[in-house]
Amino acid sequence: MPSPRYWREIPARYRLEAARCGGCGAILYPVRRICPACRGETFSPVKLSRRGKVITSTVIHAAPTEFQMEAPYAMAVVETPEGARLMVQVADCDLEEVVPGTEVTLEFRRIRKEGKGGILCYGHKAVPVR
Amino acid sequence: MREVAVVSAGMTPFGELWRHSLRDLFVEASLEALRNARADSVDAVYVGNMSGGQFVGQEHLAPLLVDQLGFRGVAATRVESACASGGAALRAAFLDVASGMSDVVLAAGVEKMNDGADVTGVLASAADQEAEVYHGVTFPGLYAMIARAHMEQHGTTLEDLAAVSVKNHRHGALNPKAQFRQEVTLEQVMNSSLVADPLRLLHCSPVSDGAAAVLLCPLSRAKEFTDRPVRIRASGLATSSMALAERRDPAFLDAVRLSASRAYKMAGLSPSGIDVAEVHDCFSIAEICVIEALCFVEPGRGGQAARTGETALGGRLPVNPSGGLKSKGHPVGATGIAQVIEIFDQLRGAAGERQVADAAIGLTQNMGGSGASSVVHIFERV
Ligand SMILES: [Zn+2]
Repeated sequence: MPSPRYWREIPARYRLEAARCGGCGAILYPVRRICPACRGETFSPVKLSRRGKVITSTVIHAAPTEFQMEAPYAMAVVETPEGARLMVQVADCDLEEVVPGTEVTLEFRRIRKEGKGGILCYGHKAVPVR
Repeated sequence: MREVAVVSAGMTPFGELWRHSLRDLFVEASLEALRNARADSVDAVYVGNMSGGQFVGQEHLAPLLVDQLGFRGVAATRVESACASGGAALRAAFLDVASGMSDVVLAAGVEKMNDGADVTGVLASAADQEAEVYHGVTFPGLYAMIARAHMEQHGTTLEDLAAVSVKNHRHGALNPKAQFRQEVTLEQVMNSSLVADPLRLLHCSPVSDGAAAVLLCPLSRAKEFTDRPVRIRASGLATSSMALAERRDPAFLDAVRLSASRAYKMAGLSPSGIDVAEVHDCFSIAEICVIEALCFVEPGRGGQAARTGETALGGRLPVNPSGGLKSKGHPVGATGIAQVIEIFDQLRGAAGERQVADAAIGLTQNMGGSGASSVVHIFERV
């Protein structure tokens, strides 16, 4: 992943910056130009809460090359209280406990190391609430 | 719009075809389709291909491949919609003939996956790179999340999932072109290695090489090429959100529903009018969700269909008599055309041991990504 491509995504990945549509109230994460629900173009900034619940999940056993050292690992679609849904890895967990309905917090973590340049890439991972 | 017919077909076996390059496969399937129709020229060619660039480092396939076919100069376009590229190529060819722009058009799909590429990585490029792949999800991982959501909402079981693979392997064992021509048992499926929980190896379609081609022309000219044409009654294409997380119900394939509604409307048919279907079972759960979205079964009841035999050969509505992607193989760009060929054979009474008795109307459904694009076609015996 070339560095400008990574750098552009920092507001969403590091700070969980999202937007609320002025037309229909939908939460857009990551932010985009046009609301997919109503085609509105006016938004107000929203910061997502660093918590949520699992909508659905899996445990990846056959991992992509860059993640092979971590397999098996859990992944989940997590919904924040604002209604945004994020695809995230789930860390510090018992793989079996990550199921629909599991309450999680979102924590800032290293996600991957970019292959050729070795850039450390960050973002959020979910951690089950105990 | 003019009525359009499929008049011939050609297809390579699907599998790990080390002796054959991407161009070899394309030429073999296309030449067979042309020869079966005794056609020595075409007005246009549409090539369905997901990722020649990533799989073999070759883009710009359309001119390369028509040149290889001895048709230098012919209008040719590559069509890409991930794993739905073949179905999208057929639609482009259909529209070309229906519009009156072209008369004789070849729609061919091809993929060469076993040439050393990082297949998991290439396939993942059909998902959202920034929102999904960045975080380490794989394609089986996305469908595993769809499966878990379906199990949670509808009580679908691991046995239901496995039954889809068992059924499709039973069908594929009868298909000489299939990559895996052997039956598997429920126990074998349920004990195969985990890929992305709850999906195991035998829930997943294989990595395949192959090509498939069909020749289209106006129905009014079909008798020049064959005495048994098949009419294309409808074509529907639809899209949904690229990222799975953005779908309110991860277990509902809304693009499939929308593409099907468009096709049913165009054909003036309801789902009960379909006699046989080829659908996109890239993973066992996909067939379950797809037959619900096509309204072949009640919402949430897709899991039981394979287990009860409803969708098996001899059942109420046979689904994937070819063996589906699971057993026949899934060279991604070729899949959508291969589905058409099975229906073409079924409607002409030429499907051999897999023949569905009195099949008059058939449907194909081809899907890209985790369901972000879907193409449905409906065919009729003439
Ligand atoms: Zn809106």
